[in-house]
Amino acid sequence: MFNSNFMEVNFKALSINEGFARICVAGFCVQLNPSIDEINDIKTAVSEAVTNCVVHAYPEQKGIITLRCEIEGDGVKIIVSDYGVGIKDIERAREPFFTTKPSEERSGMGFAVMESFMDKVDVEKNEKGGTTVTMFKQVSSALQVGNA
Amino acid sequence: MHIKNKVYNGTMYVVLCGELDEHSASHTRIVLDDIFAGGDFNQIIIDLSELEFMDSTGIGVLIGRYKKMKTRNIPIFICNPSKHAEKIFKMTGLYEIMPKIV
Repeated sequence: MFNSNFMEVNFKALSINEGFARICVAGFCVQLNPSIDEINDIKTAVSEAVTNCVVHAYPEQKGIITLRCEIEGDGVKIIVSDYGVGIKDIERAREPFFTTKPSEERSGMGFAVMESFMDKVDVEKNEKGGTTVTMFKQVSSALQVGNA
Repeated sequence: MHIKNKVYNGTMYVVLCGELDEHSASHTRIVLDDIFAGGDFNQIIIDLSELEFMDSTGIGVLIGRYKKMKTRNIPIFICNPSKHAEKIFKMTGLYEIMPKIV
């Protein structure tokens, strides 16, 4: 049953929706019975991905973010997509401390945090513009819950 | 984000309460800069015991305050980080410029 579950939401690229995105994903992941540490890791990674969309994808601050979660095996796959300006050099953007906005006190650690807190992180350009970040986190108790 | 502060024996104590992310970062910067602009103190201790969430945006906010206080030779120390905040601090090397105190 758990393997077929998913959820998807669209919301405006506004910073106030970062908290909504975190709570939304955390609520969905409860069915996997994650530990507090695991849920905090997931919430932080989602916050980083959504912040990237809010800060970088839409210079005119008008746009939509799609957040999708899927139960996949013994973990959760999280997909965060925007349809904005895209990232010129994804490889460079993933380097720790790299930022295009140093004057705004950006740490440049967004992707590094995602990579550190999740088991897998992929970043791709969308065909029609924008960026999709796909992350996977194994949840230690998911297998037991799924078999219960 | 709610911020409490008081000065005692030359130390500025600051307690960050709530969530520190992109949405609250601007308010946090303004309030901290306002607090640090006044008062008679020679060091700052930032207490994170009531911080419920922080992502890398928080690192940017803290480093920004560090840079401003460095020009006044006022060190900043961190205390009571959550296990989660500690993980971010360690991976970003924040403790090298803002040591953790117990």
